[in-house]
Amino acid sequence: MDNKNLTLLNRIKDSDIYFSFVKSPTAIVSTVILIIIFFCSFFVELVTPYNPFDPSSLSLMDAFTPPSWTEDGLSKFILGTDGQGRDMLATILYGSRISLIVGFSAVIFALVLGVGLGLTAGYFGGKYEMIVMRLTDVQLTVPSILMALLVDGIARGIISRELHDEMAIYVLIFAIGISEWPQFARVSRAATLVEKNKDYVSASTIIGVSNLIIMFKHILPNIMRPVLVIGTIGLALAIIAEATLSFLGVGVPPTTPSLGTLIRLGNDFLFSGEWWITFFPAIFLVILAFSINLLGDWMRDTLNPKLN
Amino acid sequence: MKPINLLRILLAFMFVFVSTQSFAKTLKWSMQGDSLTLDPHAQNEGPTTQVSRQIYEALVTRGLDMSIGPQLATKWKAVDPNTWYFFLRDDVKFSNGQKMTSEDVVFSILRAKQPTSDFKEYISTISGVKAIDDYTVQIKTSKPNPILLNQLSNIFIMSKKWSTDNFVVAPQNWDAGQETFSATNAMGTGPFKITLREPNTKTVFKKNGKWWGNVEHNITEIQLLPIKNAATRVAALLSGEIDLVTDAPVQDLARISSSGGHKVESTPQMRTIFLGMDQAADKLRTGNTGDNPFKKKEVRQALYQAIDIEAIKKKVMRGLSEPAGIITFPGVTGYTKALDKRLPYDVDAAKKLLADAGYPNGFDVELRCPNDRYVNDEAICTAVVGMLGKIGVNVNLFAQTKSKHFKELKDNQGDFYMLGWGVPTLDSHYVFHYLYETDASWNKVNFSDADVDAAIRVMEGEVDLDKRNAAIAKAWKIVRDNIAYLPLHHQVISWASKSNVNVPIRPNNEPLFRFSSVN
Amino acid sequence: MVMLVVAFVSFSLFTFVGDPINNMVGEETSDKERAELRETLGLMDPIHIQFSRFVVNASKGEFGISYQLRRPVSELISERLPATIELVLISALIALVSGTLLGVYTGINRKGFLSDIILAISLLGVSLPTFVIGILFIYLFAVILGILPSFGRGEVVHFGFWSTGFLTVSGLKAIILPSVTLSLFQMTYIIRLVRAEMMEILQTDYIKFARARGISEKSIHYKHALKNGLIPVITIAGINIGTLIAFSIITETVFQWPGMGFLFIQAVQFVDIPIMSAYLVFIAFVFVMINFIVDILYYFIDPRIRVKAEAVSG
Repeated sequence: MDNKNLTLLNRIKDSDIYFSFVKSPTAIVSTVILIIIFFCSFFVELVTPYNPFDPSSLSLMDAFTPPSWTEDGLSKFILGTDGQGRDMLATILYGSRISLIVGFSAVIFALVLGVGLGLTAGYFGGKYEMIVMRLTDVQLTVPSILMALLVDGIARGIISRELHDEMAIYVLIFAIGISEWPQFARVSRAATLVEKNKDYVSASTIIGVSNLIIMFKHILPNIMRPVLVIGTIGLALAIIAEATLSFLGVGVPPTTPSLGTLIRLGNDFLFSGEWWITFFPAIFLVILAFSINLLGDWMRDTLNPKLN
Repeated sequence: MKPINLLRILLAFMFVFVSTQSFAKTLKWSMQGDSLTLDPHAQNEGPTTQVSRQIYEALVTRGLDMSIGPQLATKWKAVDPNTWYFFLRDDVKFSNGQKMTSEDVVFSILRAKQPTSDFKEYISTISGVKAIDDYTVQIKTSKPNPILLNQLSNIFIMSKKWSTDNFVVAPQNWDAGQETFSATNAMGTGPFKITLREPNTKTVFKKNGKWWGNVEHNITEIQLLPIKNAATRVAALLSGEIDLVTDAPVQDLARISSSGGHKVESTPQMRTIFLGMDQAADKLRTGNTGDNPFKKKEVRQALYQAIDIEAIKKKVMRGLSEPAGIITFPGVTGYTKALDKRLPYDVDAAKKLLADAGYPNGFDVELRCPNDRYVNDEAICTAVVGMLGKIGVNVNLFAQTKSKHFKELKDNQGDFYMLGWGVPTLDSHYVFHYLYETDASWNKVNFSDADVDAAIRVMEGEVDLDKRNAAIAKAWKIVRDNIAYLPLHHQVISWASKSNVNVPIRPNNEPLFRFSSVN
Repeated sequence: MVMLVVAFVSFSLFTFVGDPINNMVGEETSDKERAELRETLGLMDPIHIQFSRFVVNASKGEFGISYQLRRPVSELISERLPATIELVLISALIALVSGTLLGVYTGINRKGFLSDIILAISLLGVSLPTFVIGILFIYLFAVILGILPSFGRGEVVHFGFWSTGFLTVSGLKAIILPSVTLSLFQMTYIIRLVRAEMMEILQTDYIKFARARGISEKSIHYKHALKNGLIPVITIAGINIGTLIAFSIITETVFQWPGMGFLFIQAVQFVDIPIMSAYLVFIAFVFVMINFIVDILYYFIDPRIRVKAEAVSG
């Protein structure tokens, strides 16, 4: 996952927008924050010695330790511990990893499906294009959260419970991804329509290059900019959708909690004085989503001023 | 908009304005769940009974001190071990003004014995009921029943005429989802009557002006407003929207009592929380060893001794629990302090026991828990998972909502599960009859012991109290030595309320608003 | 057509997901009793007959009995419908009015300090999950300040089948927090939309001509630009009513609002199929209606569509 981010950076460096990037403090700050979060989440084993999901390593007597800078805090638990004695920092980072995996996978799923359909629709046109666009219209009116709840509800009914716990994360990825693909389809179709009429495409067609090669080798790279913008904003939306579903109790199982699950569990301690159990996961989630949105906003302004 | 509609709205406005100005003593009561039905014989379940208790009354009832006393019957006598006479009050009226007679009592007890009643098992020993005169009822039992009065205290009396007029002669068929008049309406002899019923949202009780009893409360209206989420419930209490919460979360008690204007009361509840292990299955459904480790007593004892109950009490229960050695509690016939002593917490001993039993590397198993039934149920289970992990038993926790948890337990789907048991009759027989007797309905650990079964027969038929108590003591010793279950703790319940609200807390978690006041 | 598809999906949900009999009876029930119940429920009939019966019943608003609450689903839905509708309407109003005002302001004053603040906050608004906002609001306004209720609808007044919270003080107070919470996400969306529309329109030729003719800036902004900019906003807002209904699931859960979303989320956790399929059909109906109305609105608002349609028919 980190590689994706690196290639994104390279792409920006090589292009004309590198200048704009170094000129924008918001873009730099949010990128730095995101790199830190991504690194800590995916290499959490290097960052913290604790594994909150190894029950035998926990001690219940450590439970409810406040953050280290408060009066009763312990230096070994920087952000304190939760009701089971789990280190908050480690729990948040493990949770963030789950949230990010779900978010990225959902966006990639939506991207592949959306760009695939949008590109072919724009390229071939005709009845096929009409059907695809009609589908995006219908899909766009169904709110993501509802779609996800329904997919999850049906999955719960169809597959057995043991399987559901294992499958939950895939169900979630599918549910969130399926509600985001129309954006990709619309944008890539619009961009394809523009590219299709350019000379190089006509030239390729004349010399007998196959449709597939034209679409994926020639047109695809040229429509990637708007797709990346949609993808970045979509990532923030996906992470929030995942958190929301987990908060409602229909997301990932509590044995592998994501940020939303942590907030839901911590919510019980909101009034009892153990504020850190819900506060830190919540603020972490907001910083993550806000940084992605800031970056997405900047990308939208810079990469594609026409895009709303 | 038509002028007439406008007028109607204006009138509604004025009405509401005026009604909020009156000096009503209203008590707003909240808990997690709601009554499932107002039909007093359709569901034998906690919140349902708590609601029915305010509207309906029984022949006898438990007072604030939990002892049995007269209610609709002033006195009673058994002329032989199987024949009882109950002498009714002659001044009781239903809230619609109709007089209550022995006709209604006979009707109600027979109604509670019908196939759609949830109490038919509960009073299965009652073989006949008849009216001797307007205010005398005779009850016949099929065998001597030492706990008849206990059982009758939960059989509510309805009006025969009202039931007939509203086509509810039989209890609502809950399982088939039947809709009856009695499920959404109630008419009893109790101190309150229901004036509004919006299931799961709001139920309004008004003072019953025709109540026969001596009015000791000053409440004109009670509103039951169930709030599912614990944090929201506490927020509503702290912000003053709710006067009384009868299931306050333990973690919030300190905050509530320190907020000023609120108070918290706690009392040991008549409920013991424990874990069950299926000791009859040949192979665990969720295991990895191909056999059933729970068949060995050493394994059960290892799990017992690996649980640090004091840590659970301190951290999970915030001091509000009583570690338990048996599944019954003070006040129940047959309880002794000596029985209630736990085996010591000892990780090394537990590891050794496991190794001796042939599982030096532990084993895998799934623990089933409810997540909305007992105080911090899921958190207790999570803590247990961690503690058992330390002796190598790799437990996978599966927590779900209570209705599914109980249903799947009854369908024999659990290897290892959490359950809580209360004793409404305050007699050990209730525990043995449901949890230990061979093939008993909640004996999902499949414990079976001929001596225990024989002792249960003695408890049911023996009227000589000394002999009966000896049988109870013997049965407790057998099941305790066998480690048939892993007892955890006796639950402590806490009620939080505004300081000006006095609702006496009771160990069965049932408020009696007729003894309550709002100042 | 769409409704039929949705009906089929919810019917299959009903029929193939789990055995309804198992959900309805206890484990003591004998096989014979089960078979009899199956017969009385018509589960022995061929699938196409079952399906047509489902459609007929659904069109009458009958979806059977909830597994969890053991009450007819139609009754549960109609009991909770008013709460959701009132919440969604108020939220839509808040989002539309404040979103438009802020959007116009930021659209006109592109570089102002206040505009930057509004935009930053709106971006933060998109990043804050609805449930976090709800929890924050409860903590701040109900617990710390103690000025607004934290749950429920307050006192409601019944008019026949409808129950409204608009006519009581407590009812009006109760709707503030949930509706603001629900509207925030939509509001940020509308701010951005209106801003973009305003900026685009202010670049168009007719505004430039208006400027050249010496019409006052105020008149240009509000009379010419906003009027044209509002058309897409209103249609988008209309479509987003559906989104609001969906997101009310979260708000209703956080604020214990006795609406359909709260009912639905409990049904999902319990796999209470009758409620789920009824909610699905209901939502589909709402979406079809909204799309239908928006299509008609387009026809009246956008002259190009009208011209095209007339050309085709003529």
